[in-house]
Amino acid sequence: MPAAELDSYSLLLVYSAMAVYTLAFLAYAVDAARRSSVKAAPAESRELVGAGAAASVAGAAVPGRSSTPASSAPGRGDASATAPIAAAGRGARIGFTLTVLAWALHLGGAILRGLAAGRVPWSNMYEFAITGIAVMVGVFVLSRLWKDLNFLGVFFTGLATVFLGVATVNYYVAPTPLPPALQSYWLVIHVFVATLATGFFGLGTGLSILQLIKDRRDNGFLRSLPASAQLEDLAYRVGVIGFILWTFTLMAGAVWAEHAWGRYWGWDTKEVWTFVIWVVYAGYVHARATRGWRGSRSAWLQIIGFAAIIFNFTIVNQFFAGLHAYSGL
Amino acid sequence: MSPSSSPGPDAASAADTASANDPMRPGDHVDAPAPEPRSGSGPKLGIVGWLRFLWRQLTSMRTAIVLLLLLAVGAIPGSLVPQRSSDPNGVIQVRADNPDLVWFYDALSLHDVYGSPWFSAIYILLFTSLVGCVVPRLAHHWRAMRAKPPRTPARLSRLVGFQTVPGDASDLDRAEGALRKLGYRTARYGESISAERGYLRESGNLLFHIALLAMILVVGLGSGFGYNGQRLVVEGRSFANTLSSYDTFDSGQWFDDASLAPFSVQLDDLDVVYETENLNAIGAPLDFTAHVSVTEDGVSREAQIKVNEPLNVDGADLYLISNGYAPRISVRDAEGEVVYDEYTPFLAQDDNMTSLGVMKLPDGLAEQLGLRGFFYPTTGQLESGAFTSIYPDLANPVLSLQAFTGDLGLDAGVPRSVYALETDEMTQIAGGDSGTDALMLAPGQTVDIPGGLGTITFEDVRRYGVIDVHVDYTQTAVFWIAVTILVSLLGSLLIPRRRLWVKVAGGRLELAGLARGEDPTLERAVDDLAKRLAGDGAAAADAGRAGDPALGRPTAAGTGVAAPEVGRPTATGSGVAADDAGSAGSTGASGGTGTRE
Ligand code: HEM
Repeated sequence: MPAAELDSYSLLLVYSAMAVYTLAFLAYAVDAARRSSVKAAPAESRELVGAGAAASVAGAAVPGRSSTPASSAPGRGDASATAPIAAAGRGARIGFTLTVLAWALHLGGAILRGLAAGRVPWSNMYEFAITGIAVMVGVFVLSRLWKDLNFLGVFFTGLATVFLGVATVNYYVAPTPLPPALQSYWLVIHVFVATLATGFFGLGTGLSILQLIKDRRDNGFLRSLPASAQLEDLAYRVGVIGFILWTFTLMAGAVWAEHAWGRYWGWDTKEVWTFVIWVVYAGYVHARATRGWRGSRSAWLQIIGFAAIIFNFTIVNQFFAGLHAYSGL
Repeated sequence: MSPSSSPGPDAASAADTASANDPMRPGDHVDAPAPEPRSGSGPKLGIVGWLRFLWRQLTSMRTAIVLLLLLAVGAIPGSLVPQRSSDPNGVIQVRADNPDLVWFYDALSLHDVYGSPWFSAIYILLFTSLVGCVVPRLAHHWRAMRAKPPRTPARLSRLVGFQTVPGDASDLDRAEGALRKLGYRTARYGESISAERGYLRESGNLLFHIALLAMILVVGLGSGFGYNGQRLVVEGRSFANTLSSYDTFDSGQWFDDASLAPFSVQLDDLDVVYETENLNAIGAPLDFTAHVSVTEDGVSREAQIKVNEPLNVDGADLYLISNGYAPRISVRDAEGEVVYDEYTPFLAQDDNMTSLGVMKLPDGLAEQLGLRGFFYPTTGQLESGAFTSIYPDLANPVLSLQAFTGDLGLDAGVPRSVYALETDEMTQIAGGDSGTDALMLAPGQTVDIPGGLGTITFEDVRRYGVIDVHVDYTQTAVFWIAVTILVSLLGSLLIPRRRLWVKVAGGRLELAGLARGEDPTLERAVDDLAKRLAGDGAAAADAGRAGDPALGRPTAAGTGVAAPEVGRPTATGSGVAADDAGSAGSTGASGGTGTRE
């Protein structure tokens, strides 16, 4: 099939993915709205949970167990500290199914784009965007194997819809061959790991945002979420994986720069921003371990770090001069 | 959950957390003992007291965070304002465009952010803090690694994952063996075992911070010995690795000419491949390959340099940085004597290699002659009638020259760029407003210079490449330090550090754990140990738990019956034993509250 045709199918898949993401977003939103209309006294539900837990443990000798979720956060016990991650409602299940479907379409779109271009589909801004968002949603979808984070569905499907819209409208370019500077296996490694890191940071940021909201108020839909301290723990674990991947990205970038430009570090604009993001996340890791910074301050650092990534990708790519001029725009 | 970092007040009292074995942390670390409430009027601090106070401030976690954030913010201006190091032309441009702001740029070193006093101050403070933080921890960790695990707390029941399994003092040996096999260091205290693992977490953390320090030192000092020279070479020409043959040359402060390796490089051919089929990218470069002959110690060899494949010659790396066309132009005087015959490099102005070049002939003709012109590798015309290149390869090359006579300004002793022509003191005799058309030449053509000065011939055209010769003694070291940073970071963030205790109590064994640092898998570790100890005998106790298969216990040694082998490896499943327990509970709960849905 000629490249142009493959590319038009790719675009079609991406548009379909956008449509399905939108539906998934609606399903999640409806679910959230419905949950917020459920009025249940937290105390009552806590007891039910306790009873359920005890029942499922069948009286085994595990004193102290039922209180574990709260024990990590002395002095920060919310009313709902022991509330477990709520079981997914029907809306959330539909939302998740639609998200997986959209993700499959999206992934297909990215792969076709790669076939059309005859290389990895991440070498100009449009391609970074579609692949990056696919990886981000992928992290969310696959996190399901680890833990039910369906309450982030609204965040992720909303993000995916908006970002894909921006990407197709503002960044689309027809596939072109790789300029010599990009012809390197480092393109495959460095850029892919960067998008993977972004996926984890995105997940962590979603959790951090919810943590902040939950800290401030705890009603309606929010009550069905895990406790703020628990959200913070999850956000940290995900963020740390992102940080490791970002550290690798930075180093792989330096090795590549050394191959392509003859120096491993030259404070090129993109290098500056990669560094800034890395340092902000180092600050985040420290903040998590510092009295007085744990909690919402550290959450803000994760959010700022992610904002810097988005800024780096959009504004820096397009408007800042530098050697990394590969936006293709 | 993450029983992790702070075990909670109860556990704290039970386990007497701040044992000498703990990783040492700055005073404001979440694991450090809470500060004593400050009394309103303490004793006055002497000088030493003040210094100690300041040092403690500087080496606190809070300061590290603030300095890290300052470093991040401080790095940003360097991406907004052009930097001398990465964009010298941008610097000139900005200064020319904003003459009123030049003082401001200079006052804040905004063209030199990463070497500026204020940026240096931030990272020097940060690294001082780092040293102050790491050195005591290093000593402490050294001792802790040699020490025995701390005493078993009096009451285990308040600790994480507390449970009992059948057994008595005779099982302690077995327990100790199991713990050791799992990588714990163990010690006996009466009828109990105290075990600790994960010292590598702290080792990794320390190594990580030390490697950061090493990175700064190596980059800062090592780069002082290197150099970086650029040379434009036309095909068929060569240059030697000597100071005088470079067009531009930068070197570190300890650089010594004698360290220039004696080699020379000839550019035999520069192959450029352009896209010809993809309609969206006609003319996009696909490949640059410089075929070169390298001569070292009188021996020549052929080699090539590509954009992502530098060539190493005797410790120096050679990069192909850019390329362009160098038309060979000869000028004859009125008598037909050749007065000029050179390949003149033209600088590309756009993607299709429309190129601009300048020639200066102070001698040989009746008057000084200056030529400035465009070279179009594939000539086309804009709607305005102006010429332009429409494809970067040599399909229809044409040279168009404007000619000037008068004073080239070369005698004034003012250095002039070879790529710029000062025409203030000159009269245009061809092109522009001179009334005569610009001189248009295809390869092999000759035209008369207006005014009977002589003739100009466009002999042929070759490509040139700009080759960057780079010697950086830090490269290898920096690479290995980077690897160390990454590996130690992995260790420091992913290795759980924890204590486990096994204690004989009334005909049963009590087990419990305590995390030192972030450790989401602690509960699971205690459960796992319980399994190993319980063996078949405890299948009954397990049966209840087995109802929760989500707790994929990786090692169901000896449990055989009850626990389904989900086989999630501990590290990645990174589980959250307590969470999972929680969600198991929630299943029950939602059953109970099902009517709400
Ligand atoms: C150059 C600046 C620094 C960077 C980039 C940096 C980075 C990091 C990173 C990424 C971590 C988490 C990984 C690990 O545990 O090893 C960490 C942990 C840590 N850093 Fe730093 N650090 C810096 C300076 C400092 C300074 C000045 C201090 C002293 C106050 C410090 C004290 C610590 C401590 C105590 C931890 C362990 C935190 C925990 O318990 O989880 N660091 N640092």
